[in-house]
Amino acid sequence: MKRTDTSNPDYFHQVVDCQWACPAHTDVPEYIRLIAQGRFTDAYMVNRESNVFPGILGRVCDRPCEPACRRGRTGQKPVAICRLKRVAADHRGDIEDRMPVIPPKNGKKVALIGAGCASLTVCNDLVPMGYECTVFEALEEPGGLMRSNIPSFRLPHEVLNDEIDRIVDMGVDLRLGTRVDSMQALLDEGFDAVFVGSGAPKGKELNLPGRQEADDNIHIGIEWLESVAFGHIENIGERVLIIGVGNTAMDCCRTSLRLGANEVKVMARKPRDFFKASDWELEDAEEENVEIVINHSPKAFVVEDGKLTGMTFEVMEYDIEDGRITGQRVVGEEFIPCDDVVLAIGQDNAFPWIERDLGIEFDKWDVPVVDEKTHQSTRDGVFFGGDAAFGPKNIIWAVEHGHQAAISIHLHCQGEALDDRIPVHLNLGSRKMGMHEWSYSNSFDPAARRKMEHVPLAQRFRELSTEVELGFDADQVAVEVERCLNCDIQTVFTDDLCIECDACLDICPTECLTIVPDAEEPALIASLRAPRLEPDQPLYVSGELKQTGRVMVKDENLCVHCGLCAERCPTAAWDMQKSLLKFPRAADHEPTAEPLKKTG
Amino acid sequence: MTFIAKPRIDLPSDRLNDIGLRRRDYEGVLSTLCAGCGHDSITAAIVQAFWEMSIAPEKVAKLSGIGCSSKTPAYFISGAHGFNSVHGRMPSVATGAMAGNRDMVAIAVSGDGDSLSIGFGQFGHVVRRNLNLLYIIENNGVYGLTKGQFSASADVGSRAKKGAENRWQNIDPVATAISLGGSFVARGFSGDRDQLVPLIKAGVRHRGCAVIDVVSPCVTFNDHEGSTKSYAYTREHKHEAVKLDFVPPAEEISAQFDPGEAKAVTLHDGSRVMLRRTEDSYDPSDRSRALQYLETARSRGEVVTGLMYMNEDLPEMHDLFGTTARPLTDIPYEELSPGSEALRKLQAKMR
Ligand SMILES: Cc1cc2nc3c(=O)[nH]c(=O)nc-3n(C[C@H](O)[C@H](O)[C@H](O)COP(=O)(O)OP(=O)(O)OC[C@H]3O[C@@H](n4cnc5c(N)ncnc54)[C@H](O)[C@@H]3O)c2cc1C
Ligand SMILES: Cc1ncc(C[n+]2csc(CCOP(=O)(O)OP(=O)(O)O)c2C)c(N)n1
Ligand code: SF4
Ligand code: SF4
Ligand code: SF4
Ligand SMILES: [Mg+2]
Repeated sequence: MKRTDTSNPDYFHQVVDCQWACPAHTDVPEYIRLIAQGRFTDAYMVNRESNVFPGILGRVCDRPCEPACRRGRTGQKPVAICRLKRVAADHRGDIEDRMPVIPPKNGKKVALIGAGCASLTVCNDLVPMGYECTVFEALEEPGGLMRSNIPSFRLPHEVLNDEIDRIVDMGVDLRLGTRVDSMQALLDEGFDAVFVGSGAPKGKELNLPGRQEADDNIHIGIEWLESVAFGHIENIGERVLIIGVGNTAMDCCRTSLRLGANEVKVMARKPRDFFKASDWELEDAEEENVEIVINHSPKAFVVEDGKLTGMTFEVMEYDIEDGRITGQRVVGEEFIPCDDVVLAIGQDNAFPWIERDLGIEFDKWDVPVVDEKTHQSTRDGVFFGGDAAFGPKNIIWAVEHGHQAAISIHLHCQGEALDDRIPVHLNLGSRKMGMHEWSYSNSFDPAARRKMEHVPLAQRFRELSTEVELGFDADQVAVEVERCLNCDIQTVFTDDLCIECDACLDICPTECLTIVPDAEEPALIASLRAPRLEPDQPLYVSGELKQTGRVMVKDENLCVHCGLCAERCPTAAWDMQKSLLKFPRAADHEPTAEPLKKTG
Repeated sequence: MTFIAKPRIDLPSDRLNDIGLRRRDYEGVLSTLCAGCGHDSITAAIVQAFWEMSIAPEKVAKLSGIGCSSKTPAYFISGAHGFNSVHGRMPSVATGAMAGNRDMVAIAVSGDGDSLSIGFGQFGHVVRRNLNLLYIIENNGVYGLTKGQFSASADVGSRAKKGAENRWQNIDPVATAISLGGSFVARGFSGDRDQLVPLIKAGVRHRGCAVIDVVSPCVTFNDHEGSTKSYAYTREHKHEAVKLDFVPPAEEISAQFDPGEAKAVTLHDGSRVMLRRTEDSYDPSDRSRALQYLETARSRGEVVTGLMYMNEDLPEMHDLFGTTARPLTDIPYEELSPGSEALRKLQAKMR
């Protein structure tokens, strides 16, 4: 097999499973180590550099990093990456003096539509470079869905305000209560660039018999949550049905409980394995005694005397093979009484305010055509990001879109090619301190994942804004940080140093190393000492070894980064080196920016 | 050495052997040997062989003398019995142990100093008595534990780390064991596990004294240029005369063995060793040819490896003594020691 090219930053990046899975590539192991040292402010800043909203995301991030976490492949639950992020945010000190100094304006003007996390990230990157950023927001408060839809019992207002204000206070020209009704008119104002961060604001309808007659008691989830958030709705009937089983449904059912409902059912068309909601959101809802009813497909709203009395459902049966539905049939019908229904079956983006003759192309689903890398639309200087770009995703994706769009906006304003972007930069530095000392906590800690404490049920529903999760206490933090395997402390191999003594193979607790005669990939895989369980995980193949011409092969999937191979190796052929990845931001594209350099 | 013990991580890929144990269950405590020592590699080969053979740890007796090599029984099969004895005197202790309980699987680990210098006499006698055990000599050409003085297996002309040349004739444990009437004599190399593991398995299942001389580089005192027991030298001069594959009793002999080339020898427990010659007409059942072959190879500067000699028909110590088939440890004390009256009767018979 070909010798692995580890000079490509992607190679070692991929080994850091959480960072690879995080859309904004947050340096998770680094901030976890800082938390372990009690350096909460530093840990917060490492987060902020990538994900901009650590306090918010430490509570409500979709956390794609956790299912990817290496710890999950050691027969345990993943590291509580998200909760640790909250620890950094909750315990950090003042960061005022770490914020960038805002320079005089550079004369370039950027208009941003919507004050959601995508637009705010663009401002975060561009205002400190001298750009004049004007944000138009239809609502009276900034934050987008983070404020209008994510309930305050999951995301307290103080946290939200703090992190949003920090960006606005850099000098953003924020125009609240200002809906943009015409793109044409906005373009006529002569901005150098326009960023569309207007989200996916249209909740999906369910047009079944009785829909119009019962309109008073049928609510569209995201609109209803918004009304609750801004205090326009303060109660709901006792018996509530939530249609749909995604994350919005989870917020709707839990919010209902806080507005007076006492019998809440979430109605799912399919069996549990096909739910869209994250496991933890489902668990949290079920802990509050929400009933999740499966295999019920909505058929009609039942109205008596002009008032909603319930809904009828078709009871479904499915054939499932290999985790896929291969057949389905209706096996019955059921009436379920209720006072209110909340529809939480998805959102779409909608752009009635963008004229279709501006050179901004829309595809056949009426979604704008946007370049995935540069975020530019088909019209020069008009960019899209967040839910507005490729449909509803989540906050962390919107943030990454913001970073990338900011680079594009900068390049556009400076008259440079949008794809002339600085590549990701990799630094490697040995973590060897002495004979048997490494500057990271390399011993494998078998502790199980710590459990987050919640406010008792009895207290929880008294006030809408009572935050349910209590955060980790000091003891929990101390254990949880040690569960991180430090995947960024890489095993780096130097071919010509190896004397093929097998010491590393024997000490490796997961048998992830093998020395074999070189062969084509399938044969090499067949000869690995431990079977290769995850074909998507990389193999690290050395060049020919000096004494026998065989090769060293490492299956990255199994490595727990314990460093024992390096510690055992008599010749230091294996070394533990930290991979530090630098993801360029808009500011790094300034001609005056310091070039990314080696730090070790 | 390392200071962090190898952690136990239960992985989905972990496999169990026939008695439900993981390979990890055959490991021992954290090795204190120098990182990269050949002895650790042999330990790993022993772990693999015993795990694959599904030998119950409590049926194993580990015996050793003194030396880095003799420390290694602590690093494998923690659940086994063990006796780390006196320098060069392990064979006596082993003889006592096996006399007492002939049902144990005995594995003796010794060094070239332990067996060929101070313990040469004991080594010779345990071989000629054909005590039923696996006798591994972890051969690094030096006294590792006492900082690298030449041992009796150091080749003439080989150089110590600081340049001193060895002028004493060397003792080859393989030639010695064959000429002393050994019933199973082999040589391996710590850096060639594919060869060593089947040798260990065959040695365990062979009834009698199975001597395996394993060239095992000492990374600290004998892995330099001028050494004839280094990784590099051994890899360059190693020559496998007979390739051995071990086939457990219940298993079919697979088609990979060409009957014209491979010769099957059945051991007492029904397992078989498949011997494949890599060299003209080498025959590991012919003692004089084996000795002649070793001598020729020596003069050519080759390190011959593989199963050099085997004779399944030689009687082992218990056969020669005519002792009871029951392990003495299973016999009630009154029966073992019937008292002074019985002794008097016996003596009377002999008068
Ligand atoms: C109920 C619910 C719960 C969610 N929970 C989570 C969660 O726990 N974790 C997570 O990561 N994600 C969650 N999400 C998804 C997440 O909120 C969004 O993906 C994210 O907010 C998208 O950010 P954005 O900046 O693209 O747009 P948005 O946050 O939608 O912001 C768009 C803003 O633009 C404004 N706007 C729209 N049109 C105009 C216009 N014409 N003129 C002026 N202003 C305009 C809107 O008022 C809004 O403030 C949830 C979504 C919902 C609906
Ligand atoms: C009776 C006695 N004499 C001498 C010693 C000192 N001594 C300890 S180990 C050793 C040599 C061991 O050499 P070897 O068996 O080759 O083991 P190695 O350390 O090389 O593996 C000697 C001479 C001793 N412990 N006891
Ligand atoms: S173990 Fe730590 S570094 Fe590795 S994937 Fe999990 S959180 Fe990230
Ligand atoms: S760091 Fe080395 S010894 Fe530890 S699991 Fe990874 S490869 Fe194995
Ligand atoms: S421990 Fe070092 S020298 Fe020995 S095989 Fe491993 S990499 Fe090679
Ligand atoms: Mg020795």
